[in-house]
Amino acid sequence: MTSTFLARYGGEIATLTIEHIWLTAAAMLFSASIAVPAGIWLTRAPRWASPILGIANVLQTIPSLAMFGFLLPLPWLGERAARIAIVALTAYALLPILRNTYAGIRGIDPSVIEVARALGLTDTQRLFKLELPLAASFILAGLRTATVTCIGIATIAAAVGAGGLGEFIFRGVASVDNRLVLAGAVPAALLALAADGVLGMIERRLKVVAQ
Amino acid sequence: MSAAIEFRAVSVAAPQGRLLLENISFSVDSGSMTVLLGRSGSGKTTLLRTVNRMVVPTQGEVLVDGTPNSGADLIPLRRGIGYVIQETGLFPHFTVERNVGIVLEAEGHPRARRIERSHDLLAAVGLDPAVYALRRPHQLSGGQRQRVGLARALAADPGVLLMDEPFGALDPLTRSDMQDMLRDLLSRFRKTVLLVTHDLNEALYLGDRVALLSEGRLVAALTPHQFLASDRPDIKTYIDAFQRGEKVARR
Repeated sequence: MTSTFLARYGGEIATLTIEHIWLTAAAMLFSASIAVPAGIWLTRAPRWASPILGIANVLQTIPSLAMFGFLLPLPWLGERAARIAIVALTAYALLPILRNTYAGIRGIDPSVIEVARALGLTDTQRLFKLELPLAASFILAGLRTATVTCIGIATIAAAVGAGGLGEFIFRGVASVDNRLVLAGAVPAALLALAADGVLGMIERRLKVVAQ
Repeated sequence: MSAAIEFRAVSVAAPQGRLLLENISFSVDSGSMTVLLGRSGSGKTTLLRTVNRMVVPTQGEVLVDGTPNSGADLIPLRRGIGYVIQETGLFPHFTVERNVGIVLEAEGHPRARRIERSHDLLAAVGLDPAVYALRRPHQLSGGQRQRVGLARALAADPGVLLMDEPFGALDPLTRSDMQDMLRDLLSRFRKTVLLVTHDLNEALYLGDRVALLSEGRLVAALTPHQFLASDRPDIKTYIDAFQRGEKVARR
């Protein structure tokens, strides 16, 4: 029975998995390219840290279904469901990446930063030679948390027609077919585990280098 | 001899207005070592940090090689002044040789030259480059880390060297070794050194002059010999505090 199920849905599972990966990866890319520079900026202007982190925090408390709903009527976004999904996932990923970038850089041994300044390293040199490498494992840990969370949230994106593995889950729920629910949930869970494992591995590597 | 560092009526106020340093004037002759001595909170580290503008005086000015350091570009000024601190501040993700060559790296010198210079300096501070060059800071002892910190401060061949409690965290024997190494090094490379310590023995052993600070004011700047012979009460108090143990034991 399992084999006939797979024969029937295997192709679709593969397509939706790829769609799911694409949605999450695009959102992570956007989110990291906003949150990492923003986190670096916060270390330069720490008085902004608590309001900005607060906003990111609030974004994360918005229930995901509501977030997708809010974005639906917006002009450019509403045209394509995938756009909505990516914007919403980007928003959810901001907090962990932002927080870890900020905390990672702030947590560097102050004497290291002191000497870097006193020996005449420029701000750019300090950032790329010291701060980013030393905070890298932290930043990656933030990215890992964000990715795992977003792989889960991305299943809700199917509610607005953005595709991904949530399609199966919604269809399964609607037709009371647990096999369909599992056809969405199991690959999504495996994806999350795989992302967690791979990013965790890179993170440990970076930590060894930074010791 | 010309003055390599000159403090002219330097005052530094904390943001709340309290004076950390008050009207300090004295100079350090080129090629000599002046030791800043004083208890914790006396302002010695603050004074040291005005030289490379890590601290900016609220009044007065600091001259380095005859020019006020307020006019100089910050980056070249700092690259031309060596800096060594108690915590070493070695970059934990760099090898020892890369740590030593960091100022040259910042200036864009080619790798081969940086490594050559770094190995020369490691040898000069008593670390065999063949053994230590590729280690990372966490694989070194406290004394070895200080040696690397000193080598790093010397890499760009600065005329002035600032040392803030460089040996403060080391046991007395390692400390003596380091003091000997430093003296030997300075006899080979001519540097103007300003060294902060609260250890009287270190001040007398290393300094050409000893400047005692108390509550942000300069009490006196004397040769070690004059310092020991001085009958000024605040100097005597400082000396007595160091000789207590010896006095009791001899009784």
